[in-house]
Amino acid sequence: MYTKLIFELSHEGRVGHVLPQLDIPAQPLDSLIPKNLLRETPADLPQVAENEVVRHYINLSNLNHHVDKAFYPLGSCTMKYNPKINEQIAALEPFVLLHPEQPESSAQGALELMYDLQEYLLELSGFSGISLQPAAGAHGELVGLMLIQKYHQMKGRRRNTILVPDSAHGTNPASARIAGFTNVRTIPSDIRGRVDMDELRAAMNEDVAAIMLTNPSTLGIFEDQIMEIRTLMDSVDALMYMDGANMNALFGIVRPGDMGFDVMHLNLHKSFSTPHGGGGPGSGPVAVNNKLKDFLPVPLVVKTDKGYAFSENLPNSIGRVQSFAGNFGIFVRAYVYIRMIGREGFPKIARHSIINANYLRKRLSEAYDTGYDAPTMHEFVLSAEKQKNKGAKALDIAKRLLDFGIHPPTVYFPLIVKEAMMIEPTETESREMLDYFADTLLTIDKEIEQNPDVLHNAPVNTPVRRLDEAGAARSLDVNYYKK
Amino acid sequence: MAYLTNSEQDIKEMLKVIGVDDFEDIVKNIPEALRFRGELDLPAAESEFGVQRVGASLAAKNQLFTSFLGGGAYDHYIPAVVSEIASRPEFYTSYTPYQPEVSQGNLQSMYEFQSQICTLTGMDVTNASMYEAGSALAEAVLLAVSHTRLKKVLLPETLNYRYKQIIKTYTANLDIELIDIPAADFIIDTNALQEAFTDDTAALIVQHPNYYGFLENMETAAALCENKKALLIHVYDPVSLGVLKTPGAFGADIAVAEGQALGNAQNFGGPYAGLFSVTNKLVRKMPGRLSGVTTDMDGKRGFVLTLQTREQHIRREKATSNICTNSGLLTLTAAVYLASLGKKGIQDAAQLCTQKAHYLAEKLFEIDGIEPVSDAPFFKEFTIALPQPAEQVIAKALRYQIFAGISLKKVGYPNHLLVAVTEKRTKEEMDSYLSMIKEIIK
Repeated sequence: MYTKLIFELSHEGRVGHVLPQLDIPAQPLDSLIPKNLLRETPADLPQVAENEVVRHYINLSNLNHHVDKAFYPLGSCTMKYNPKINEQIAALEPFVLLHPEQPESSAQGALELMYDLQEYLLELSGFSGISLQPAAGAHGELVGLMLIQKYHQMKGRRRNTILVPDSAHGTNPASARIAGFTNVRTIPSDIRGRVDMDELRAAMNEDVAAIMLTNPSTLGIFEDQIMEIRTLMDSVDALMYMDGANMNALFGIVRPGDMGFDVMHLNLHKSFSTPHGGGGPGSGPVAVNNKLKDFLPVPLVVKTDKGYAFSENLPNSIGRVQSFAGNFGIFVRAYVYIRMIGREGFPKIARHSIINANYLRKRLSEAYDTGYDAPTMHEFVLSAEKQKNKGAKALDIAKRLLDFGIHPPTVYFPLIVKEAMMIEPTETESREMLDYFADTLLTIDKEIEQNPDVLHNAPVNTPVRRLDEAGAARSLDVNYYKK
Repeated sequence: MAYLTNSEQDIKEMLKVIGVDDFEDIVKNIPEALRFRGELDLPAAESEFGVQRVGASLAAKNQLFTSFLGGGAYDHYIPAVVSEIASRPEFYTSYTPYQPEVSQGNLQSMYEFQSQICTLTGMDVTNASMYEAGSALAEAVLLAVSHTRLKKVLLPETLNYRYKQIIKTYTANLDIELIDIPAADFIIDTNALQEAFTDDTAALIVQHPNYYGFLENMETAAALCENKKALLIHVYDPVSLGVLKTPGAFGADIAVAEGQALGNAQNFGGPYAGLFSVTNKLVRKMPGRLSGVTTDMDGKRGFVLTLQTREQHIRREKATSNICTNSGLLTLTAAVYLASLGKKGIQDAAQLCTQKAHYLAEKLFEIDGIEPVSDAPFFKEFTIALPQPAEQVIAKALRYQIFAGISLKKVGYPNHLLVAVTEKRTKEEMDSYLSMIKEIIK
């Protein structure tokens, strides 16, 4: 395996990229900037030639699992295929080189694309107002919760409680706290994997600002009590937030706005096929109904007689949440995807992703506990509790999957399922790939019966084997220059 | 239809395995009242060739002129090697390294990025990125308040107004008090600053170079923080650190910057990368991901996400931040950029920016009617006073195919223009700029 650090390739005097010569007379630096503001020793950056840089990163790239290589069924992350045309169009110079503050008249194509994207996302989600500004899903949640704060403030009251089901993503409670809600109350799930209505009723009071729901939930189950939950929330004028991480299951089947939600975020890097970039960038637009429309972050993109423009004309806006108008490079990719899929295509995405998930679940039910007795949407959660009793935990199964060239599902989440393995195949995987995955998990189950140590020692076919995470935290080395 | 792998025949067979006749049997628990039964009001599907034409026609409605725009996003040159590496699907189609055994490429490049930003800034620890500078700065404010358990944060007028607006939005519902510090001659008014410091001041934010391009009295600001035991949050320009003294050297506790300048395209405002560094004492409270060195079962060196107990997926409502997806690919880009430029290149880039910006400024001030607004030194960006509204000059400059700069009308100076000069601007382009300004204001 490739083991060099870029710093270990460095040799005094080597240069990679060569900058142009100065084409004006040079002046002494300290005649331009006073000495006390100048750096005394240069940054000790590596000194490597260009081909060394290229080889270094190509070698590193080979150590990664990625969607273009093989199956990546990470639950709730929607690791679908990232179409190449998205990348090609997003790389066009008249998009890439645009400055965010160049005059609007010189960026009409970009503004038109953003305006149309706003309209498309509103149509798909069933809402009436949208901001493209949030940079990721968690950022969108934060904005949604700030809008909810504003809603109650405008009604002259302060509310502190946000209700979050126990199956929620960790970002939900964290976002609620950062948005200033001091009481995040967890609502347990019932035996059907849905919100326990008795618990919810017991939690209702005049301090409840909103409930945050993921629908379908992280268990892959459609929350069918939405109308009852809506009535409960209306009884105290509380709002309903939808975490849109699982929107892929809903396209053309239901629209969150029609269902009674007041606000949601969409992850363009999940349902809308933009790549995950090794951990970002994403994009998390927030869509709202009329109750919250006036509070959206500015700027919004509007259509005027003179063309497309940014508008900050929203007196009750919560303000700005990032420096410019959002992750434009991601908008281009999502826009291209929507145009490729078209009006007839979206319902098919939901249909195929749901069928793929149910097919896998059925095949795996032979050996694994498939949990709640309800049909699944686009993802499902297995419990490896049976396997644990036989001698290998969910973590061991995950590590063994790596030996077969498959990225494991999300493990130990949601927290309410013991030895959870959360599987989202997406609509872009073939039946053969699903079969390979199912066969592999069934083989692994047999391995546990025969010799669980095979799992305890896994992985053996990866660039490195199991890593000492506790040791990494104990003797912290996160900076080469300060070990 | 594009990107659906399974055929209708596959689907039929799969439904049989599932044990249903029809897809509707799977989703029948969704109440009928909630179902969407109409047709989506979206354009019909395009072919790839068709969508290429759509993309090209939108692109053609944008104009790219010689740019003197800055204000937080800059037109630096992006070496070919940087774009080539960043467009490898091995990087861009992977995700957060939850399984380190098959993510060593990302984890190692994160570690190298963290280290490179540390040597650039003189800080102890850098995380693997935030969304972009403004929201990263808002998180720095939250960190300072939580660490000091004090609630006053000093916000100079010379801080980018966009960052100020973001901090205001983020803190609107929290028990945090923001104190505005006025400017004198477009840098922080040190007398006012001194008076504003009290025993319950959590932190001072200093942007250096500031929004107007000018360099602040960093030593005074740092000494005041030291004296009052307040945290110093230093907002910097990463390219400037090829020549400027580092946040670490000034004693900054938190250093935040926009990482766009490091090999990332301007992209009409995003995606960018927030650079976020702290001293050792703050590491266990800092937001964001960290890659750390460890060993595997065979004793081989490897990398993992570390100190994850700070993060939302473990700590939920007690997490230090809600950040999850960050700007992974842009930190890769920044790392490749810094490795390509190396020790010499980053100094060269900063020198070129300094020399060229000063060339243009000096020549501008020779023009009748153009006034300097401050004696303060600057790096690659500066503010000038025009004899007419800056917006008019900017509009007229379009006829010369030049983006002349940013009008400071939004911050109360309608006749002031913010001008940025990167290493990309040639003498010829700057001379055209000068003759254009002469013609416009005569």
